[in-house]
Formats: sequence, C-alpha cells, structure tokens
Amino acid sequence: MMNILLVLPVVIPLTTLLLGLLVKRHHAWVSFISLAGSLALLAAGVWLVMLAAQGVVLSGQMANWAAPYGISLVIDRLSAVMVAITGVIGLATLVYAHRQPMPADFLRDVHLFVQGLLAGICGAFITADVFNLYVWFEVLLIGSFALIALGGGERRLAGAMTYLVLNMLATLMFLLAAGLVYGSTGTLNMGELALIFRADQATSGAWLGVMLMLMSFAVKAALFPLFGWLPASYHVAWTPVSALFAGLLTKVGVYALIRMVTLLWPEPGMVHTVLLWVACATMIIGVLGAAAQTEVRRILSFHIVSQVGYMVLGLALATPLALAGAVFYLIHHIVVKANLFFVGGVAARLTGSERLAAMGGLYASKPLLAVLFAIPALSLAGIPPLSGFWAKFVLVKASLDAGVWIATFFALLTGIFTLLSMSKIWNESFLKAHPQPEQLGVAGDGPRGAWLTMIVLAAITVLIGFGAGPVMEYAVASAEQLVEAPAYLQLIERGGE
Amino acid sequence: MEWIAAITAGIMAALGVWMMLDRHLMRVVLGIAVLGNAINLGVLTTGRFAGERAAFVFGNEVVTDAANPLPQALVLTAIVIGFALFVFALAVLKRTHELHGDKDTDKVSASTEQPAPDHNEDHHEPEGRA
Repeated sequence: MMNILLVLPVVIPLTTLLLGLLVKRHHAWVSFISLAGSLALLAAGVWLVMLAAQGVVLSGQMANWAAPYGISLVIDRLSAVMVAITGVIGLATLVYAHRQPMPADFLRDVHLFVQGLLAGICGAFITADVFNLYVWFEVLLIGSFALIALGGGERRLAGAMTYLVLNMLATLMFLLAAGLVYGSTGTLNMGELALIFRADQATSGAWLGVMLMLMSFAVKAALFPLFGWLPASYHVAWTPVSALFAGLLTKVGVYALIRMVTLLWPEPGMVHTVLLWVACATMIIGVLGAAAQTEVRRILSFHIVSQVGYMVLGLALATPLALAGAVFYLIHHIVVKANLFFVGGVAARLTGSERLAAMGGLYASKPLLAVLFAIPALSLAGIPPLSGFWAKFVLVKASLDAGVWIATFFALLTGIFTLLSMSKIWNESFLKAHPQPEQLGVAGDGPRGAWLTMIVLAAITVLIGFGAGPVMEYAVASAEQLVEAPAYLQLIERGGE
Repeated sequence: MEWIAAITAGIMAALGVWMMLDRHLMRVVLGIAVLGNAINLGVLTTGRFAGERAAFVFGNEVVTDAANPLPQALVLTAIVIGFALFVFALAVLKRTHELHGDKDTDKVSASTEQPAPDHNEDHHEPEGRA
C-alpha cells in the first residue's frame, strides 16, 4: 500500500498521458481525461501532505533492489508539498487553457505534453537517486521543449532554440557530474552520498562531481550568472505554458539544490558562503533586469530570477529558520508567479498587446482583473498580510539573526525594486487610459475557466497569508527533516530491505 | 585503457564545445551531439574498464573479474534519452531554418528581443501548422 502511494505522483500523470494518447482522435475526451488526471494528482498530493503533516515519511526501493543499487524513492514533507503544488499548478494551467480560442489539435497537444511534464516534475521531487533525478530532468525537459515550441512562429522558435540548447547543456553537465560522483564514490544514492560527505570522507573527485552537479542545478534554477536562457525564452511561449514554466520549472532546480545541499552539508560551510553571494547577486541583478523591460511577461520573467535568489538565500543561511523560510518561499512563490502570468495573459487579451505602452484602461473597464492582479503583485513584493510578506519577513529575520547584514540589505532593496516594477505594470496597464480606446475589450472576456483559475490562485495566496501559522509550522518541520534526512539515511543503514 | 578513453572523451568534448561556439545554429546543435557522446564516454570510463567477463551470475556462482554493469546501464539510458532530445532539436532547427532563412545564432536570438506583436499571439491561429 505504501509503495503504491509512493509512486502515485509519477504514475498518475503517466497513466493520464497514455489514456490521452489512446483517445487522441477525440479532442474532448483528451481534455476530459487530462483534467481528471490533474485533479487526481492534486488529490494524491493533498493526501501526501496530510500524511507528511502527521510525520509519516514514505520511502521504498523500486522492484525491491537493495538500497545503494536499486532506485530509492522518498516522500518527506518537502517532497509531499511540492507534489501537491505541482498538482495545483498543473490543474490551474489546464483549466486556464481549456476552451481558449485555439485550434483543437493544438489544445490536445498541450494537454498531452503537460501531463508528460508533470510526470517529470513529480519524479524529480520524489527520487532519492542521482541518476534517476537525471532521468526525470530529461523527461520534464522533453515535455517542456515540446510545449515551448508548440504553435511555431519566428519568435517562439527562436526562444525555443535558446531554451533547448542551454538546458541540454545543463543536463549534459548533470550527466557528467553523476558519472564523476559514481566513479569516485561508487554510489549514486543520495543517502549514501550524504553519509560519505557528512563523515568527511569525500575525495576530491567526489567534490568535483558534486560541484558540477550544483552548477547544473544552478542553471536549472536560473541563478546568477547562469540565468540568461530564462528571460530569453519564457516570454515567447503560449501564455498558459509560460505560466506553468514560471511556476514550476525553475523550482525543480531550486528543490534539487535545497535537497543536495542540506543532505551533503547539514552545517554551514564553504558551499553556503558561495551560495550566499550568488543569491544576493541573483536577487539584485534579476530585479534590475526587470526594471529595464517594457513588456508584462518579460518583467515577470526577470522577477522569477530575483525571487529564486530569495529561496537560495534561505538555503545559504542554513539556520533552521532560514531553511523554513526558503520552503515557505517556495510554496508561496509557485502560486503567486503562475498567477501573475495568468493575469498578464488575460490583460494582454483584453488590451490587445502585452507591451506596456500599448496597454491601459483596465482598472476602469475590468475592476475584478485589477484586484486579481493586485493580490499576487503585492504578495510578490512582500506587502502584509499576503503570503509574500511572511516569506520575506522570515528570511530577513533569519539573515539578521545570522548577522549577515549584506543579505538583509539586498533582500530589502530587492523588495523595494519589485514593488516599483509591479507599480509600473499597474500604472501602465491598469491606471493609464488605453492609447487606442476602441481596441479595449475587443477580444472579449475569454473562457470562464481562465477567470476561475485566477480567482482560485489569488484565494490561495490570501489563505497562505492569513493562515501563515500552520504553513510556517509545516515549513519549519520540513526544514528540520531536510537536515536530519531520516528516510534517506535509514534506507542505506538497513540496506534497503 | 582508461587513459585512451579519457583522452578521447577530452578531445571530443573540446570539439563539441568548439562547435557550439560557432555562429551557425546547425553546428551548435551538432556540437551538443558530439559533447553528449563525449560525456557518455566519460561516464562509461568513470566506471573503469577492469573486468573481462560479463556480470551474469548463475545460481551460487561467484563471478570473479566481472565487468561493472552499472555505468553501462547508465550510459545506455543516457544514449536513448540523448537521442530523443537530439532528434527534437533537429526538428526545431529545421523549422527555425525555414522561418529565419539563415541560421546565424545572433540573428535568431535577436528575434526573441523584438517587441511583442500588436495582435495577441495567444488568440490567433498559430502560423505554420498544417
């Protein structure tokens, strides 16, 4: 029973994908199956979170091969909540995409590829084996390549090409790193690696491999200075697709970073110092990049970069509070960022463009949309009582406690700049009168599903803000579990069983 | 044997990187393929080539001098996945070439910097679909 629950996050999207392929001629059935599958994934995620909140850690060996050689899967608190959020965003994307005025076969392809992508993302969250993590990265890459290129067009294919080349390079780097780690430690199991590193028995070859691995995660997470591919490609994809990417894809890299660093180095050390500076640079460069942009989705893309900096800051400070802050940030950010892209898509539809200069008049004509934009935008900037405030508050407090003034300074400065560029979008596309008023609202409100998605995600943001207590308790417990890593270490100690 | 493999992998990786630095998109994509194979060889080499016999065990037999099967399994997986990605990259490359004419990387990436078109791409028939 435990084993079935353990593999559910991967099995559900894969089954959905297969069923969808079987009926792919009937577009309505595909979208029905895909929506049902995403709902099932969300339900499984919520179930896992409820189990994890009671302190249950699921772990097991695939096909009963003993631990260092067989593939281990572990679902602890962090994995469970990531799976649940993946379910939320996956479902939100598909509901948003539902009945959009696009050709039916295009929508069907989106459904199928999104399911493949979800399988890869969930797989990456639950695996405890380095090579298996590589395989899941590849699975999600194939899904994301297809999604980003879908629909074609000059801009989109050029963006897809950039995305493709740089992400393939990062994944190759990861493969080489996995090879080096295996060659010098004789294991690919994260638990055993953790034991080797914690006992300080790692050779220089193992260090080299692990550093290369962290670098490839840094590319995935779009950390400074390796983030160039992100703002070059995210804004050209179809809106629901770029919302899905914005929410989830970089966070897989952040998750992998958090997992490896907490496993291998439970105490702060050299790696943490490097990460601290990288995090500060990522925050400030990302937000300055956003300030220079004049299109909604490009501004938001640069903000992904700066926000990733906050999460890595939490990881780099390495105190229990800071780690909890990073986990909280991860949870809050995925929802907020995806929602901002969704709102941006509807705003672009209503005004006829996503260039700020050609937008305007939305506050007067669509007050609901203005509210739906204000909630995630203020949350991203860290205005109380929304979710982003608590996330930033905890990180700032943690950096003050740790006496790292420079991090506090950069975190606060980035918050101010974020607020500035959010107010830029607000002024240009909501307050200002539309330059060509007759263009406003020509395209109509669009499908109701899109509005439902935005309302539900905004409600989740508000809920996390007002119910910060329980969420923070969960995050604190996750942070403890990350450092102690009971399941990862036990699998090795009992030889897998 | 490790030396030969390591040097070969090194040369291939250098070639791959050199090709990726080229201005032509075709070379960039082929460079990834070369680099990918260099890394596959590298992963195989890190498992060391000691062992002459296949690592099959019958009954209670103990195989001495067995080859290390794990890196071979890893590389097999990596080859399959890498091949799929390479084929997809070629497909995107072909379409990019059709749309952009020349395959100069700078010109291609410059087109993503262009301002978003006034008609909203999201709500129109995407071009290039048969």
